[in-house]
Amino acid sequence: MKALGRSGVVLLFIFLLAPVLLVIPLSFSSASNMVWPPPGWSLRWYGAMLQQEGLLQAAWNSLVLGGLVAGLCLLCGMPAALALDRGRFPGREALMSLITAPLLLPTIVLGLALLIVFVGYGLLGSWTGLVLAHLTITLPYAVRVLSTALATLPAGIEDAARSLGASPLRVFWRVTLPLMLPGVIATAAITFLVSFDEVVISLFVVGPQLTTLPVALFRYVESRTDPMVAAVSTVLVGLTLLIVLVLDRAVGLRRAVGNG
Amino acid sequence: MDGAAALLLPVLILNVGTFLYPVLSLAALSFRPALPGGGIGPEWSLSTWSGLLSDSYYAELVLHSVLVSLGITLLTLLAGYPVALAVHRAPARWRNLLVVVCVAPLLVSAVVRTYGWLVILGDRGVLPGLLRAIGLAPPRLMFNETGVVIGLTEILMPYMILALLAGFGRLDPALEDAAASLGAPPWTRFRRIVLPLTLPGILLGCLLAFVLAVSSFITPKLLGGGRVNLLATEIYDQAIVTLNWPVAAALSVVVLAVFGLALLVYGRVVRAVA
Repeated sequence: MKALGRSGVVLLFIFLLAPVLLVIPLSFSSASNMVWPPPGWSLRWYGAMLQQEGLLQAAWNSLVLGGLVAGLCLLCGMPAALALDRGRFPGREALMSLITAPLLLPTIVLGLALLIVFVGYGLLGSWTGLVLAHLTITLPYAVRVLSTALATLPAGIEDAARSLGASPLRVFWRVTLPLMLPGVIATAAITFLVSFDEVVISLFVVGPQLTTLPVALFRYVESRTDPMVAAVSTVLVGLTLLIVLVLDRAVGLRRAVGNG
Repeated sequence: MDGAAALLLPVLILNVGTFLYPVLSLAALSFRPALPGGGIGPEWSLSTWSGLLSDSYYAELVLHSVLVSLGITLLTLLAGYPVALAVHRAPARWRNLLVVVCVAPLLVSAVVRTYGWLVILGDRGVLPGLLRAIGLAPPRLMFNETGVVIGLTEILMPYMILALLAGFGRLDPALEDAAASLGAPPWTRFRRIVLPLTLPGILLGCLLAFVLAVSSFITPKLLGGGRVNLLATEIYDQAIVTLNWPVAAALSVVVLAVFGLALLVYGRVVRAVA
């Protein structure tokens, strides 16, 4: 009975991980279509991937976009987190709810809403439009994680710096910011990953001249299925793993994300 | 206060500009008439809504989407509950690793995970191959609702497991041991102790899975191959293919109403249980 239960759980774990793990062997298939098991092994799909100029351009766009979004999230999110954590004014809870509200909406609804507004301002298919659209769903994470980081700072050190005559800006640069560095790094990583993986909202606001990697992959899978997407997926899974490992080494994942 | 207002200004401007204003515009758009050829009339009108409500296609679409999402929610619970229980009961040094394993798929793009399911369920894929190997004729698993249900169940499993684990805090192994020492058989222990104590987590997980299932788009679109029509895929098709934005907007409002209803039911059930 116990062994039966245990093998059932193992099967469920296999069910959970199978789709991600199977794309790795498939990416080394020598077949020209998606056939399992692969009749032979080769690197041809990695070669094919590097020949796809549209895909490479889209990957570059996604990297730049993720970087821009992460930077802007820190720039706009940090002051807001400071105000929400340090400010003494009524309605702070309500403000936090308003700021994190976009995460409650389905991305298909948000994407459509952004489409109908952006079309009037010529923002569709533009960098400005893409960055603004991604900020809608990354800023809530930024403000949340930065607020958690601020709230869990050791008490008294800032007061000590202030009482020794440091100006507020100096206290922030020399004391607060270094102390909350794990939270800052976590915010940058989370917002980058959310932006880099975002598909549905992007589908509504990209244009023929400017597209992102997930959108390009979605369009590719929609029209045909061959192992090339498996090669791209394997690279992506590897990159994600690398980011998570670096983040864990740098700051300790559990501490960075906070207890929330 | 003035200082705080200045610090909050960038985030609030972005919130209004890219969230509040667009969402309100979307709701307003559902009260404009759609003109042939993708145009939108300038006047206020109930024609979109009356068209939507009088066409049985949309009523069936909503009902079907809700039922499919409920089915996926139930399957996600059945698949996620044993895993969450095993993780919760694992020795402390294993628990963290197992939680990471459960959450790791969330870091992989939905497009990649759905592609993985195409590899498994495709006509020459893993599962049909296995079925053929044991002498069974594999049914069609891709480009139909079966595929969408299987794929979404797996894709929503991490959320379910996380919600369940969050609600398992009150489950103390000592209680089960006590019941066992008093002679309660396993099924009774589960029904009388484990299930009631984990019910808050179950309810939260079901709410989360249902809401995500109703609004999921990538998986139904790719695994359904355009042959599975659900609320989210219909919104996309109306907005991008048919170019009937008022109908797409009205359907978006319907999705939000379904969300609200789910929250209401959840609140009722939680209160009834407590």
